[in-house]
Amino acid sequence: MKFADFVSREAIRGNLAAADKEGVIREMAQALLDAGKVAASEVESIVKAILKREELGSTGIGRGVAVPHTKHPSVERLIGAVAVSAEGVDFSSLDGEKVHLFFLLISPPDRPGDHLRALESVSRQLRNDTFCKFLRQAKNAGDVMQLLDEADNNQFDS
Amino acid sequence: MSEEKITRMVVVANPQGLHARPADMIVKTAARFASKIELVKGTERVDGKSILAILTLAAVAGTRLSIEAEGPDAAAALDALDELFGRQFSEGRSQAE
Repeated sequence: MKFADFVSREAIRGNLAAADKEGVIREMAQALLDAGKVAASEVESIVKAILKREELGSTGIGRGVAVPHTKHPSVERLIGAVAVSAEGVDFSSLDGEKVHLFFLLISPPDRPGDHLRALESVSRQLRNDTFCKFLRQAKNAGDVMQLLDEADNNQFDS
Repeated sequence: MSEEKITRMVVVANPQGLHARPADMIVKTAARFASKIELVKGTERVDGKSILAILTLAAVAGTRLSIEAEGPDAAAALDALDELFGRQFSEGRSQAE
């Protein structure tokens, strides 16, 4: 699966304002709302579900990356938002490091395979140090989009 | 204290597959052992102590994996990991994520 298959281009944020976990999740859910990917009436329920998932264990999977996610019946296909925080956010990561790169995923309840393939894309690309470094340095949504496209075109293959 | 590599076949039985939480459980369990631990899916071989590496397998329910351990506590490590897969990472079919 490529980033383009699940990342909503209009829901990319190059410079997150939020400084805590809930703030990040709210800002990214708002980005998906602004992009027309989720309904306004569902945003609160989505945010709550993602926060509940975080209580089971942080999705900060290390290397400054987090993949907050949930299943939600209001989406018909996997959708994703991407955000970068230059300062980094305390996300109770598994390795204790601050998180700079966020991939928020919402999937339909009956499609666990799609969720796994999105996690695969994220983790495969983020194992590449160059991609990770460039993404952290992204200043705006355009920068992020370009890097995701380059990753989709295998330009970071090592 | 055998240092030879030992292998065990497991099946991903939980319906959600190896998503972030099971991968984290594998890493936390593997990290308790000194042995080198790898997960093998077909031709892919990844470090069992790296969550990013495990997530690259995208192992859906029903996937067969072999776990390889090499080191002083290899057998105990395989037992512990086998147990995790056996109880489906404590995820029942009814559990919502």
